[in-house]
Amino acid sequence: MGILLSGNEAIARGAFEAGVEAAFAYPGTPSTEILETIAREYDEIYAEWTSNEKVALETAIGSSLYGKRTIVSMKHVGLNVAADPLFSLSYMGVNGGIVIVSADEPSMFSSQNEQDNRWYGLFAKIPVLEPSDSEEARIFTIEAFDISERFDTPVLLRITTRIAHSKSVVNPGTRKMPEGFSGYEKNFHKNVLMPMNARVRHRIVEERMSRLEEYSNNFRYNVLIEGKGRKVITSGIDYQYTREVFPEASILKLSMTNPLPRRKIDEFIGNRESNEKILVIESLDPFIEMQIKSWGYTTVEGKERTGKLYELSVSRLREIFLADKDEHLNEEASAVENLPPRPPVLCSGCPHRGVYYELRKKKAIVHGDIGCYTLGALPPLSAMDTCVDMGASVSMANGMNAMIKRNGEEKRPVFATIGDSTFVHSGITPLIDAVTNRIPTHVIILDNRVTAMTGHQVNPVTGISIKGEDAPQLDLEKLCRAVGVKTVEVIDPFSLDEIESAVERHKKLDEASVIIARAPCALIPLAEKKAPYRIETDKCTMCKICLKTGCPSISIVDGKMVIDEETCTGCSICFQVCKFEAILQVEGAGI
Amino acid sequence: MKDTVNNILLSGVGGQGILTASNLICEVLLHEGFDVKKNEIHGMSQRGGSVTSHIRYGEKVFSPVIPHGEADYLVGFELLEGYRYIDTLREKGQFIYNNYSIVPGSMLLGRESIYPDNLEEKISASGYKYYSLPAEEMARELGNTRVVNTILVGFLARFLNINKDVWLEAIERIVKKKYANLNLKAFETGYSYDPE
Repeated sequence: MGILLSGNEAIARGAFEAGVEAAFAYPGTPSTEILETIAREYDEIYAEWTSNEKVALETAIGSSLYGKRTIVSMKHVGLNVAADPLFSLSYMGVNGGIVIVSADEPSMFSSQNEQDNRWYGLFAKIPVLEPSDSEEARIFTIEAFDISERFDTPVLLRITTRIAHSKSVVNPGTRKMPEGFSGYEKNFHKNVLMPMNARVRHRIVEERMSRLEEYSNNFRYNVLIEGKGRKVITSGIDYQYTREVFPEASILKLSMTNPLPRRKIDEFIGNRESNEKILVIESLDPFIEMQIKSWGYTTVEGKERTGKLYELSVSRLREIFLADKDEHLNEEASAVENLPPRPPVLCSGCPHRGVYYELRKKKAIVHGDIGCYTLGALPPLSAMDTCVDMGASVSMANGMNAMIKRNGEEKRPVFATIGDSTFVHSGITPLIDAVTNRIPTHVIILDNRVTAMTGHQVNPVTGISIKGEDAPQLDLEKLCRAVGVKTVEVIDPFSLDEIESAVERHKKLDEASVIIARAPCALIPLAEKKAPYRIETDKCTMCKICLKTGCPSISIVDGKMVIDEETCTGCSICFQVCKFEAILQVEGAGI
Repeated sequence: MKDTVNNILLSGVGGQGILTASNLICEVLLHEGFDVKKNEIHGMSQRGGSVTSHIRYGEKVFSPVIPHGEADYLVGFELLEGYRYIDTLREKGQFIYNNYSIVPGSMLLGRESIYPDNLEEKISASGYKYYSLPAEEMARELGNTRVVNTILVGFLARFLNINKDVWLEAIERIVKKKYANLNLKAFETGYSYDPE
């Protein structure tokens, strides 16, 4: 009997079995549990949350140079951050194997775009493996290290949300250390990518890709499932959907999708003169399909049927390919469509709530960032104007402020709001730019002491290591002052008065400034839980101003405003907004 | 194609213990020798949002996600969140739900009550076999509302033709010692509940 592991847990297991000694990552859904599992389960592997994905990959180059197998994991957009070292690492190659896990998010359950990172394989000229369940995730991780060292290349292990977060049966093996550890050896021609060396390395990279194509042709996990029906080429999770929807089909399951096994595909398609349609089933971009078509095949189809949007599924494939044959799929619109939605919200007691409440009151232009606080853009707070990528809040505020400074006409104050982890990830550099260029960007660091959205990972401000031990704590005040910000204030985000007066003071400043709104995330042990609040029905005028804080503990029951005392943390924001003294703290409530 | 895959969909609100419940069910199914797959979405949606867990088991399971109209059992941890997925049930599918409402935030500010008050009528008109459990009250009687999940699993277990001892052993294996007894009781409470 095997064990049930998620794809992420299986990758961690595979890394352990492959003799990996170092793991670096920045948290990002759906990749986070890879490093979490490694840190929790496998003491044999050195694990580190790095400040961002670029740092993760560069750190991996260091441990690889020392001869140690290293795994790096990140969400799809994280690879954009790490793209700079990625492209050059491709030229440089590895000493100990490097496997980079890219967890893509078709359908964007917790992401800002649904880019298809298989293109990075083609673009950076590195091999790509795509597991289709947890057992393959484990096995391919081990295979990837073998390929990495054999071909002197980093390998991209590309998974998607449904692989990362689905559990399926895994048969774990034992840890085997790679043979021939050599430590670090100086190698000027390989490791110093200056033009004279890089030119030579590029030639080696192209030769490597040719050899890898031959390897892909023989790769035992690029496998043909013989059938009688139509011919389908597929990969990753879409393979599972294909098997279920087309149980009779002849399927070429691609596990290595860069380089594609061209000879194997040629053989699978067979006679070029035949009119037989070959179907390519892949979520997102026509990565496989476009390449096969570029070889002159005209009978290959896929994207014109499946589209490029969102993840595929058994239901979607049936709708697309079998709907006319299967009556129950043609039913009328669902009866449950008009139900009220239940979107995610800032939690009860969230320290971000008051800040957004005040910014909205001030009609500020608020550049936002990536984290739980992105939810401040949703009604009823509706306080955030933008959200693009990690750190962009500060940079976008810089750009807008620079233009306002030149042209002068803007009544609304401009603020950047950014979490502590995101600030460390990518917010420091644009803050330096604001100082250097005399741009009056006012940054509010929503410092809740932890990387919250992805499940409370530690970061440099937490003061706790990945193993739960004491760690040096980054001093954000000193850091901001050190880059030249003169006004740095720490405020209590549970005091609306403090927030308001700080916002008033800072918006008048003609230079960069920082407000640190500091209180621990309501969901971590560090957070203080106080006696809950209660609404005095006879004093309540149903003005609903407390609802405008967007607190999930407040609702209307039988026409009356009610606070759920079980979920109320006593943060008091509703008490502060109530103009009729109708909200009171429950005295003597046992906490 | 003969359909040999069985499907259980759990749905509710973030924080109701859905993932723990699905871990328990999968542990038992795996122990019984089934191929098992399960899927959830983590991340942003978990912050008080709607949460589902898909469980599929049989000889051989491919997709980890239950196709539309193929769930054999739908377990609603909350009334609205259960009803939201009622179309996922197959024709002879059965709907088990906790008769308890959690009002979804204050998103639609300005409307009096956005929580539909006729869900039970709709469920009864849906034609599906259904079972309503006062799981919240049952849990409160046991002294802890956090065991709603185990009560619902206990009730579901009656339908799955697996020896009760296997369930109890699984609870002892995967629940923290401190809470094992409470959860064993909660399971029994659900298992022996008579909805009639």
